[in-house]
Amino acid sequence: MLRDEDRIFTNLYGYQSFGLEAARKRGDWDGTKEMLEKGVDWIVSEMKESGLRGRGGAGFPTGLKWSFMPKETDGRPSYLVVNADEGEPGTCKDREIMRHDPHKLIEGCLIAGFAMNAVAAYIYIRGEFYREAEALQTAIDEAYDAGLIGRNACGSGYDFDVYVHRGMGAYICGEETALIESLEGKKGQPRLKPPFPANVGVWGCPTTVNNVESIAVAPTILRRGSGWFAGIGRPNNTGTKLFCISGHVNNPCNVEEEMGIPLKELLEKHAGGVRGGWDNLLAVIPGGSSVPVLPKSICDTVLMDFDSLKEVQSGLGTAAVIVMDKSTDIVKAIARLSKFYKHESCGQCTPCREGTGWMWRVMERLVVGEAEKQEIDMLLEVSKQIEGHTICALGDAAAWPVQGLIRHFRPEIERRIEANTGSRAA
Amino acid sequence: MSSTTDHQPASFAFTPEYMDKAKAHVAKYPDGRQASAVMPLLDLAQRQNGGWLPRKAIEYVADMLDMPSIRALEVATFYTMYNLEPVGENLVEVCTTTPCWLRGSDDIVKACEKTLGISLGGTTPDGKFTLVEAECLGACVNAPMMQIGDDYYEDLDADSTERVLNALKRGETPKPGPQGSRRLTEPAGGPTTLLDQKGAS
Amino acid sequence: MPTLTVDGKEVTVEPGATVLQACEEAGAEIPRFCYHERLSIAGNCRMCLVEMEKAPKPVASCAMPAGDGMVIHTNTETVKKAREGVMEFLLINHPLDCPICDQGGECDLQDQAMAYGRGSSRFDENKRAVEEKYMGPLVKTVMTRCIHCMRCVRFSSEIAGVDDMGAVGRGEDTEITTYLEKAIASELSGNVIDLCPVGALTSKPYAFTARSWELRKTETVDVHDAVGSNIRVDTRGREVMRVLPRLNEDVNEEWLSDKGRFSYDGLKRQRLDRPYVRTNGKLAPATWDEAFAAIAGKLAGLDGSKIGAIAGDLACTESMKAAKDLMTALGSTNMDCRQDGAALDPSCRASYLFNTTIAGIEEADACLLIGTNPRHEAALINARLRKRWLAGGFPIASVGPDADLTYKVDHLGDGTETLSQLASGHHPFIETLKNAERPMLIVGQGALARTDGAAVLAAARKIAEDTGMIADGWNGFNVLHTAAARVGGLDIGFVPGEGGKGTNAILEGAAGGGIDVVWLLGADEIDTGRLGDAFVIYLGSHGDAGAHRADVILPGAAYTEKNATWVNTEGRVQMGYRAAFPPGDAREDWTIVRALSAAVGHTLPYDSLPQLRAAMAQDAAHLADADVIATGNWGTFGLSGDMAAEPFVSPVSDYYMTNPICRASATMAQCSAEIGDHSEKATGTDG
Repeated sequence: MLRDEDRIFTNLYGYQSFGLEAARKRGDWDGTKEMLEKGVDWIVSEMKESGLRGRGGAGFPTGLKWSFMPKETDGRPSYLVVNADEGEPGTCKDREIMRHDPHKLIEGCLIAGFAMNAVAAYIYIRGEFYREAEALQTAIDEAYDAGLIGRNACGSGYDFDVYVHRGMGAYICGEETALIESLEGKKGQPRLKPPFPANVGVWGCPTTVNNVESIAVAPTILRRGSGWFAGIGRPNNTGTKLFCISGHVNNPCNVEEEMGIPLKELLEKHAGGVRGGWDNLLAVIPGGSSVPVLPKSICDTVLMDFDSLKEVQSGLGTAAVIVMDKSTDIVKAIARLSKFYKHESCGQCTPCREGTGWMWRVMERLVVGEAEKQEIDMLLEVSKQIEGHTICALGDAAAWPVQGLIRHFRPEIERRIEANTGSRAA
Repeated sequence: MSSTTDHQPASFAFTPEYMDKAKAHVAKYPDGRQASAVMPLLDLAQRQNGGWLPRKAIEYVADMLDMPSIRALEVATFYTMYNLEPVGENLVEVCTTTPCWLRGSDDIVKACEKTLGISLGGTTPDGKFTLVEAECLGACVNAPMMQIGDDYYEDLDADSTERVLNALKRGETPKPGPQGSRRLTEPAGGPTTLLDQKGAS
Repeated sequence: MPTLTVDGKEVTVEPGATVLQACEEAGAEIPRFCYHERLSIAGNCRMCLVEMEKAPKPVASCAMPAGDGMVIHTNTETVKKAREGVMEFLLINHPLDCPICDQGGECDLQDQAMAYGRGSSRFDENKRAVEEKYMGPLVKTVMTRCIHCMRCVRFSSEIAGVDDMGAVGRGEDTEITTYLEKAIASELSGNVIDLCPVGALTSKPYAFTARSWELRKTETVDVHDAVGSNIRVDTRGREVMRVLPRLNEDVNEEWLSDKGRFSYDGLKRQRLDRPYVRTNGKLAPATWDEAFAAIAGKLAGLDGSKIGAIAGDLACTESMKAAKDLMTALGSTNMDCRQDGAALDPSCRASYLFNTTIAGIEEADACLLIGTNPRHEAALINARLRKRWLAGGFPIASVGPDADLTYKVDHLGDGTETLSQLASGHHPFIETLKNAERPMLIVGQGALARTDGAAVLAAARKIAEDTGMIADGWNGFNVLHTAAARVGGLDIGFVPGEGGKGTNAILEGAAGGGIDVVWLLGADEIDTGRLGDAFVIYLGSHGDAGAHRADVILPGAAYTEKNATWVNTEGRVQMGYRAAFPPGDAREDWTIVRALSAAVGHTLPYDSLPQLRAAMAQDAAHLADADVIATGNWGTFGLSGDMAAEPFVSPVSDYYMTNPICRASATMAQCSAEIGDHSEKATGTDG
């Protein structure tokens, strides 16, 4: 288990104030100017060496992403955009950072912004997080007043602004190019890539979009050294991670743990274990609603990191662990996710616009067994017709839970169809 | 979408107070990129107008930002937090997505319906409450939960849901956050980490 | 220049080309719905997916820039399955109403379903139904058929320059609409019908009137303005069922203005289908012989100088040539093809042409508009100006009407005061023009059809000369005509000869003495109240202003009913072809003139169209060269003199009502009433 002194988010549960004074006591804004003085190359190389992979779901190496930004400006300003549109079902970690540790995020913005020569950061926070946006804005105001950001931030000679932009209810804006469109005042519909945001992002300018957690851990990584962070977890899956444990556990919670912690240990140490005991476990969605569900047999041993979960055809995603015990109507649980994706599809491209609704409607029938058995394969095919054929990853995200369900729980689906057919026959 | 119904006001304009807020939003974005402020301005218009966004407000905001009305309408119809029809004083949004559903959001919906005497999608005759279903609101470890206005009410059960709603009916402001005994997102029964922090509060 | 391998074949494409274009270059057909060459790339239909080696999943070829060394496969099982999948998704919510759909037979979805569709549906759920949206008198909607390709939305905001259309809602509930379901306020709106790959947007006037495969298609040219848009007229029997644009990159690209597309019902109404002779003050039906006899009787013994002829805006060059020859034979030099009295100088061809050419606008880098509203006067030239403006680096200023032209225009002033400042080099915009490499100006008829028109023309010439518009390989001086007939008339010299009278003098003579007979060759835009007691002969197709005043009516053919030549504002000679026969006793115009010439004892020396055209070519050799532009030599034209203070006003006050055909059209009347002047600048929130 991760030692307390290795935890980054020491105010995760909000026992202390989120304000500047308390944040400073927790170590934030300590030696920020000196870190900036070490230069862009040092920052980027430390971030690369720390092995930090994006905490928003895709797991792209953060330092590498920063290095894609143009070194020399062609006259266009560069921007850092922070993705605080936390909406992946199961996920509620960035919310805690923003309401309890906003200075970590703001300091991270300054450092990341400096590393990519950005003129400003826009923090795009989901609109429902109204109170969180208030806390964040208060912290930003404090940071301005203290000279930590704005003109000559931290006395570094570097000017940097931080703004909050609230979303208004659209999961798709968590997709980075949809977020950029939304920030420009448009519908949140993902853009075609290329061009990538590092070349043409918000307002046509070079832009990097990072998750809240990725940015908020950066100052601590730089302060304590890349080696410290890289020494936690497993190779290629380093560092600490905020896990959100929801569903059928005794004590649902957020917790910061080591990457690669066994799923079972995570649940038993922090969440009081599965309701009714480990043997009462049916399945776990290990990384937010977009990743395929895992049956208990895999949960027994799987480690919670990018590579381990990929090996079992699922993913770490946002590290939001949704636990389902044996009382769960697993088909309904997944059908509800299908409804979610249908509701959140932006409608831009054909497979997702048409396919998510189709899948959801079939799923609803499967819940009550009102289907033919061959429709299971048809549903699988429909999911594959969506997967990989859309502009953004929402199509994949909608397909995978359904594929995971069919992969691991086909007998249950068939049982319902048989029962329904039987009752109709009777 | 098409019909301009009775309740649509004939005009809309920001009050001086809201206009100041609107200008502050516009100032966040680079020159010529004022369209970026369309979302916050529509939100302000909705707040000024008692929680819903009339057609005239959409046109007003579009005009203020020098953008075509149809583009502002696209935005207003794309994002779910804009209410294009009047809603009750208290907009009760119960999350029913899987993490909340696993922990009994069906009961919360039922408790709401029973306490308010309306079904999902309905508004109480006195105009005090509108009840709707919401997609994941991002408070999953505090499931089940609902949002009322700008606040989250978490760790609900049927009783606490009823308590919160009844308090609102009486005109009180119930305390937001987890309705049980634990602190925010720590495990029930106390944290398993950061044990020294607890004392430092 | 990137070189790619497509299905094993190497192709090299222009930098900036897409994979889709590379595939086409290699001969691989790529299905598509959202992609359109002239619109921005949407990449949303996903029909054009191809396999690209090293890419983890299929790529949308329309949106992928072609890169050197890419290896593309378009005919693999993966590609086939991907396209079949997309097609299935497109069809699950698309109604099976092809038999009652006007798009049937020319529907991209129908066609591609043949290649990629399943035999039967496995979609067992309810199909989506979407409410129709009102979009005005021209565009009919059946929104359940919409496949959300966004071509119409992109067209209206990008090409037409009116942000009227949008997609509201999201996900499967996304719907295309106009704001508050108002009519699309563009004179190019009909193009969304052509762009719509399915039957969601179809032609309202054409609805349920014909099936595409039963129509006879005639390629010809439009005459509703002086652009000379290339069109296809679809007929069934002798009825024009619809008009569509034809591709001509140099003229209209693939667009057509709404007037050219939708005024065709005017071809059936108010038609002059038999000769008339006024007896006892009333027009009475007559035979051709009776009509000719009435004219012959009037002309008998009349001195040629007492006869005048005015040609209208739709007249073909052939009829003007024949009329001119007859007038000459009658001893008259009183004729004019400028019924508006514009001070155009027929002696110098470059002085009355749009010399830059329409396509040439794209080469220009600064523009001055003088007394013109191109949006109303030539919608597709306006679209070209917008296209150039969108590309950037194209400052545009105007003197005259301050209208919303769909692009940014620096309005310098209303009239001659500003023009004088420009001509004398005292206006700052002159520097902009001088600093430009290829500056241009456009003079409209609103600046020339005035008593001081010649002085305005001279001022425009001076500006052109002073700012380097007249250079080797570049002529930035442009006259924008509104009448399809005008340039042809000037080319063959349908203008006053030695000592002859022009439009104004003819009318003055008719009212005050000196002119006894006025022959109107489809001239309806003159003030007929000025015709006094003159004996009026009207040769034309519609019972409009001229016919009402006429003493003898000779029923002619409309533009769709004759083989004839028109010369557009650029000086481009174009052939029109007969798509249907004129109604009743009406005849092709030149044959009427030929017959009349015999009746009045001055038989014209041609018996066939080729002979007439040979005679035309003797007047103006370039008229024999269809589809090309003979450039004119620069010269001295215009007259320096005082200019009046009145502001310039566009000659087109109502875009939908500019000639006898559209005035007879119920569709145009509806547009005029409902949409009206869409270039009027919006003031505040008029929501």
